[in-house]
Amino acid sequence: MEAPAIHHGAMFDTNELVINMGPQHPSTHGVLRVVLRLDGEKVVDADVVIGYLHRGIEKLSENRNWTQIILLTDRMDYVAAATNNVGYCETVEKLMSLEVPRRARYVRTILCELQRIASHCLWVGTHAMDIGAMTVFLYAFRERELILDLFEEFCGARLTYNSMRIGGLPLDIPPGWDKKVLEFCTIMAAKLDEYEELLTHNRIWLERTKGIGVISGAEALALGLSGPPLRGSGILRDVRKDEPYAAYEEMDFDIPLGTAGDTYDRYLVRMEEFRQSLRIIRQATEGLPEGPIVGKVPRLIKPPAGETYHAIESPKGELGYFIVSDGKSTNPYRFRVRPPSFCNLQGLRRLCKGHLVADVVALIGSLDVVLGEVDR
Amino acid sequence: MGPPDPPPPATVTQPPFITSLQASPGGVSQVSYWVGDWTIVVPVARLLEVVRHLRDAPEAAFDACSDVTVTDWPLRPERFDVIYCLYSTRHRHRVRVKVKAAENDPVPSVTEVWPGANWLEREVYDMFGVNITGHPDRRRILMPEDWQGFPQRKDYPLEGPGELLMENPVDWLKLRQAREEADIE
Repeated sequence: MEAPAIHHGAMFDTNELVINMGPQHPSTHGVLRVVLRLDGEKVVDADVVIGYLHRGIEKLSENRNWTQIILLTDRMDYVAAATNNVGYCETVEKLMSLEVPRRARYVRTILCELQRIASHCLWVGTHAMDIGAMTVFLYAFRERELILDLFEEFCGARLTYNSMRIGGLPLDIPPGWDKKVLEFCTIMAAKLDEYEELLTHNRIWLERTKGIGVISGAEALALGLSGPPLRGSGILRDVRKDEPYAAYEEMDFDIPLGTAGDTYDRYLVRMEEFRQSLRIIRQATEGLPEGPIVGKVPRLIKPPAGETYHAIESPKGELGYFIVSDGKSTNPYRFRVRPPSFCNLQGLRRLCKGHLVADVVALIGSLDVVLGEVDR
Repeated sequence: MGPPDPPPPATVTQPPFITSLQASPGGVSQVSYWVGDWTIVVPVARLLEVVRHLRDAPEAAFDACSDVTVTDWPLRPERFDVIYCLYSTRHRHRVRVKVKAAENDPVPSVTEVWPGANWLEREVYDMFGVNITGHPDRRRILMPEDWQGFPQRKDYPLEGPGELLMENPVDWLKLRQAREEADIE
């Protein structure tokens, strides 16, 4: 009689396990649900489920007039409301062929870059906290608070700014505001070194981020990634340089690029973006031209019939607006947002294959998604 | 009905990738230029061929699909404009490819050309009910799986009571009108 073959590996149950992560999970940054198929602790496949925060902003906007929509764009990427405003206003301006005064374009640039720093502060804090580095969160939120104060002084709000108007700005900057911005730049530059001291050469941080979620440049591009996740893979693509808007054409700044395309490189790219943003803010604030803040805007905003697509570089990536006007009514016929978080989140399934469950958390943080924008 | 899609003025030079597309007859049915954006209108049957050419031809090199979206013109026989916003990181130029489709016309998926179009096409299906064919994973993405109707169509009301609307939109419209009249009184 033959002895039964012993399979040492078969002592444990090797069936795949399906677990559900979210939508109420602290490290999914909102209401993201990921259904993971696991082999042991390794992710075999992931199904990303979204839509829990869908408010129908596109449909709603098609039933509001052109000025009212600015307020709705705040509610998409609510940690970077000012860039959303700028993107929308510029699209309408393009549709109407409106000229925006130079001063307004400069202030827009300053606000966009302050917003980028605020958004990246939130990112570095939550991303590090997901991985287990608590301290950075408190540090980053302390500096984000300074930016919120600056915004509050500029437009009265701290989160949903409604800080742009079609054709320019609602108000000129308050007296002394530019000095405060420059002061902030000095403070922030020093604080950045603190963050980096905590993370960049931290052995635990390196273990958790190096080689996690590696994606090649060509693949990232084909998958529709944009912004820091794409640049982390070494593709030189930044709307601020490629299709300059606001006053970026007149600014001198560099685009940081990663090489490995892993979570660590995406981290490095964003850390360097902080510094480049400070550089832009300094140039724009010091060279702030005098002059009007609103262009020649008709009393009734009614763009001629036609359609256009306009993209800006939001902190998350390429934020595009596709707007169709029928030329007759006072609301857009079609209002479409190309949300960067939505397209970046699509890459999560590809990124987390073969990694551990704990890395999924790191990867969600590394893509820097805001669910308000994903679901709209 | 529909956007005007004006032809390019004589003062603007047409980018070479459009000229090379026009070399094959029937590929491009219309070229338009408006506020700096180029749009080409393509018959649905030739869509995949055209987008492959746009990705692979060296003068076009559209390696990224920025956006896929739809405009709904319910009064037109071909009610949907499906719009693909393409971008080339090599040449740093953009183009919009547009196909027109009737309600149940099959529109081939471009996911094999740009995998990133996957979710964007799911949203197009979810919101407008465009019949995307050959898609690897055609499910609803933003709305619940059992949702009836396609919310971003122009004939879909902005507000409604949910289930009642799913069964019969006409009933709901009557109900709403009655409510509005009651409010006025």
